[in-house]
Amino acid sequence: MSTPKRLLVFAAAALAACATPQPAGTPSPRFGEPVSAQQLAGFDISIPPSGAGLPAGSGTARDGLKVYEQKCLACHGAKGAGKPADALAGGAGSLASKAPVRTVGSFWPYATTLFDYVRRAMPITNPLSLSDDEVYAVSAYVLFINGIIGEDVAMNAQTLPQVRMPNRDGFISDWPPRSRN
Amino acid sequence: MAKKQQGGRRKFLARGAALVSGAAVLKGAGAEGLAGEAWERVYGAGFTRYGQPSRFEQAVGRYIAQPYGEMAPGSGSALCPIEALDGIITPTSVHFIRSHSGSPDIDPKLHRLYIHGLVETPLRFSVDALSRYPMTTRIYFIECSGNSLRALTPQPAQVPAGGMHGNVSCNEWTGVPLRVLLEEAGVQPQAKWLLAEGADSAHMSRSVPLEKALDDALIALYQNGERLRPEHGYPVRLLLPGWEGNMSVKWLRRIKLTDGPTHTKDETSKYTDPLPDGRALQFTYEMGVKSVITRPSSTMQLAGTGFHEISGIAWSGAGRIRRVEVSTDGGQTWAEAALTGAERAKALVRFRHPWQWQGAAAVLQSRATDEKGNVQPARREWQARFAPDIRFHNNSIVSWAVGTDGSVKNVYA
Repeated sequence: MSTPKRLLVFAAAALAACATPQPAGTPSPRFGEPVSAQQLAGFDISIPPSGAGLPAGSGTARDGLKVYEQKCLACHGAKGAGKPADALAGGAGSLASKAPVRTVGSFWPYATTLFDYVRRAMPITNPLSLSDDEVYAVSAYVLFINGIIGEDVAMNAQTLPQVRMPNRDGFISDWPPRSRN
Repeated sequence: MAKKQQGGRRKFLARGAALVSGAAVLKGAGAEGLAGEAWERVYGAGFTRYGQPSRFEQAVGRYIAQPYGEMAPGSGSALCPIEALDGIITPTSVHFIRSHSGSPDIDPKLHRLYIHGLVETPLRFSVDALSRYPMTTRIYFIECSGNSLRALTPQPAQVPAGGMHGNVSCNEWTGVPLRVLLEEAGVQPQAKWLLAEGADSAHMSRSVPLEKALDDALIALYQNGERLRPEHGYPVRLLLPGWEGNMSVKWLRRIKLTDGPTHTKDETSKYTDPLPDGRALQFTYEMGVKSVITRPSSTMQLAGTGFHEISGIAWSGAGRIRRVEVSTDGGQTWAEAALTGAERAKALVRFRHPWQWQGAAAVLQSRATDEKGNVQPARREWQARFAPDIRFHNNSIVSWAVGTDGSVKNVYA
């Protein structure tokens, strides 16, 4: 950041600090250390619905079955039936019934969330251990057992965000709160 | 004086042994009609570096709920024993815990908080650096949005109040306003949200509207005066006052400024509120106005007829509690309770109401109203708004039935 710009931001921060519950006239001491994109790369793992930030790599449900059997099945059951952990498949058309079944296939609005969550948190005893190819493959497998994609359709940075989940339009945003509208 | 000399060396030795071993001297030894229990006749325990409750209070502890059992012993929650406490501040050791993949063992020397995305200058902060900022101290409740889930079972569970409604606690929190750090990084105009992410093995993450981040969000370092406990986010956590607890991301490692919500697992598949028509409310952030009577409460036994203080806690994510009413007849008539702490927004309030129990069956209820005019809803009215498997944001009125035998039971009234 250029010096004049930095000064401007500093002035804005000092002004704003007066409005926050801090002692009046206390500016930010600015102890943050600038970081490069390279330093951030390994941390920047969140994937929004646009797919921005999805890594290179690819995998199909056929590849994913092998990963699933080794790393997922013990907790999520055969074909994502669940128990002891959450069911991953099934429940299509059940949401408005008296016994809704909420799974990735029946409830999740975005396929990108599947990649994001598997990569950051799964398998529960060994997270951050799957390769990007494996995460794409196992994501493809979970979409396949829900009947959303075919067994040989490769999931990658281009195809995954284009998958339209069945419950894509099933959510109503409560932010900003409706009472304010 | 003569007596002391008579005691002589033998008495001195006995006293010395008591000092060393802490063993009690026999009650009444050497006394002549002076009152005093055993502990008054022996030198007390020495100092401890870190205090513990009395050994007679060992029964007070969190209620541990592990839905995945031993497969994932740190996934689930440990609920606060609210019925065993009084006042407003929750002791840190029994503050409720909700974690998705256990509590990480974070070395504060290695931990960093990154702020990046739509900012002028991506920054990282060591814990030591964060600790040098001007500090802000506030008292806030945190409530898990899954609190009172167990009050939605088909039959009312006969467990203590904390086992159902104990996913709420209130602590004093100290840290740096998030706004200060965001302004230091320089928020770009197209930034409207941020993604907050933990350094636990689930890397629990939630999207937060920038409006909240710039309002009262705190990067908390201290809890009840000491550094955060591991299970509450050591060494640094996000605190979003009044909003569902899941968003106050613990073990905070990263904040990414974004132009929209990231739609993480915990803001789509969980923490959303299903409606009867099959759709679901998403981004329901503010915790609703709520109260629960903690004494007397479920599984307790009244000691007898006569005076009993009805006491409990009330809170609202929208601000201050304006009023708490208490009913002893299942909601037919209401009386206004006395409040302690009502001057504080988004913090627990203690309410108290004197009650003369004549021995008849009674149904005790409390109903809170906040400064925005929100009123705690009746159970049936609240449930009717949602799908049958609603799990989150249950702020409906809680009922305890007192039997003629003085037993107190959880009922759906």
